[in-house]
Amino acid sequence: MYQEFKYLISDSVCAGLSPLSGDLFGKACPRFIDGFLVTIELLVLACGIGFFLAIGLTLARMSGRRPLAWPATALVYVFRGTPLLVQLWIIYFGFGSLGEDILGPILWSFFKNPWLVGLLVLTLNTSAYVSEIFRGGLANVDRGQLEAALSIGMPWLRAMRRIMLPQAIRIAWPAYGNELVLMMKGSALISTITVLDLMGQTRTVFARNFDLTTYLYAAILYLVLAGLITAFVNTIERRMQLSAGR
Amino acid sequence: MKTDVQDRAYLKVEGLHKSYGNLEVIKGVSFTGDEHQVISLLGASGSGKSTILRCINLLEMPNQGEISIDGTRLPLSVSRHGVRKVTDQRALCDIRSKLGMVFQGFNLWAHMTILQNVIEGPVQVLGQSKSEATDRAEHLLERVGIADKRHNYPNQLSGGQQQRVAIARTLAMDPKVLLFDEPTSALDPEMVGEVLSVMRDLADEGRTMVVVTHEMGFAREVSDKVIFLHEGKISEQGTPDEVFGNPQSRECQQFLAKVL
Repeated sequence: MYQEFKYLISDSVCAGLSPLSGDLFGKACPRFIDGFLVTIELLVLACGIGFFLAIGLTLARMSGRRPLAWPATALVYVFRGTPLLVQLWIIYFGFGSLGEDILGPILWSFFKNPWLVGLLVLTLNTSAYVSEIFRGGLANVDRGQLEAALSIGMPWLRAMRRIMLPQAIRIAWPAYGNELVLMMKGSALISTITVLDLMGQTRTVFARNFDLTTYLYAAILYLVLAGLITAFVNTIERRMQLSAGR
Repeated sequence: MKTDVQDRAYLKVEGLHKSYGNLEVIKGVSFTGDEHQVISLLGASGSGKSTILRCINLLEMPNQGEISIDGTRLPLSVSRHGVRKVTDQRALCDIRSKLGMVFQGFNLWAHMTILQNVIEGPVQVLGQSKSEATDRAEHLLERVGIADKRHNYPNQLSGGQQQRVAIARTLAMDPKVLLFDEPTSALDPEMVGEVLSVMRDLADEGRTMVVVTHEMGFAREVSDKVIFLHEGKISEQGTPDEVFGNPQSRECQQFLAKVL
């Protein structure tokens, strides 16, 4: 049903654009829109899950408990310290090549699915960066805010959730918006593990017509996406300013 | 009679030591306080008065010493590396909820309205319902004279107003002991009076209070007991008349000569 919904969108967008679009775009339009939607759905899921994972990682790193802090720090270090492309290839081609015999049926069905691997890598990658962004935000919240919460008997975790994180996220929001745009551009790399996202579809179209303007259309669609993300980030920023009484 | 009170002291600090690295800032401080008493901690800056206050609710971890409130000891133990640790987080939170702290810098939560600031503790820590907490909060804000600002944010209030809200926020927890950490030091001079008068009212209604302050007039008039600290040790303690009228130690004489 979701698939049909996506077809409906791409059909109606393409029908709407057809009087304006040139020959090339007209023909490839459903592919572009289809890829556009795949990119959006991966980004929404990866950034949504990544946001909460990042909060978990940040709290784990700041908890002062080694069994929690150590793995979280290691994960952040590894995913920030290696290229996204390398992460994708190691996990998709590397783990994938182990085969069903070693991985077992459940893991195998996960690792042979490029969309799921792409989602996993994008999520872990963004959560590592966002965790750093939140840590910076927390460092800029006055320590007295936490002390006031602890002094009335709030447990540390709840003080973080109720008092520190809401303020840290406000501070970190512009940097977070920047990370969303970077993620959007980085997501083009998942086309290298055979996901037909916007870039994947564009490459397919190009492989058939060898017309370089194909990439121009892809660039325009990425720009549209950047505009949507910026509008989203700005709207939330304005909301948060209102609710802080500034 | 006196020893009897001492044994059942409401607030008891015994052999408190605190170091930062090699720097020892509290060098063995002991004192007791009774219910309904106001204790003032005086001393030059760097004498360790704020640190003692922050040790009482374990915002700072003392290196040695015992603290008990109304017979309940703070849940401290020494770990194998000789570092002091809180043994029971739940007990710690429970004790902290009974110790109200008012900070020099107010520390109102910036992302919450005045009313939200006051009901946060009762709802989140004491488990009161929102409407119950709101009723009480409005009553308390009325009392400190800020009721009309309840839907404003902290940064829209003056320092004196913020500190009065902070006091209301602390009172909302219905604490057994109120700890004031230089509550008027960050205020403009014309706002000091409004905060002190709220504190005076609290003392009059019989609240147990420990006050770190530079307001000598307040300490003299309101306190039942004055403790003078010098370089991390108690060098003088007694009633305000004793300490202000007839100080025995040289440090205390010099200090009072400077500030009075």
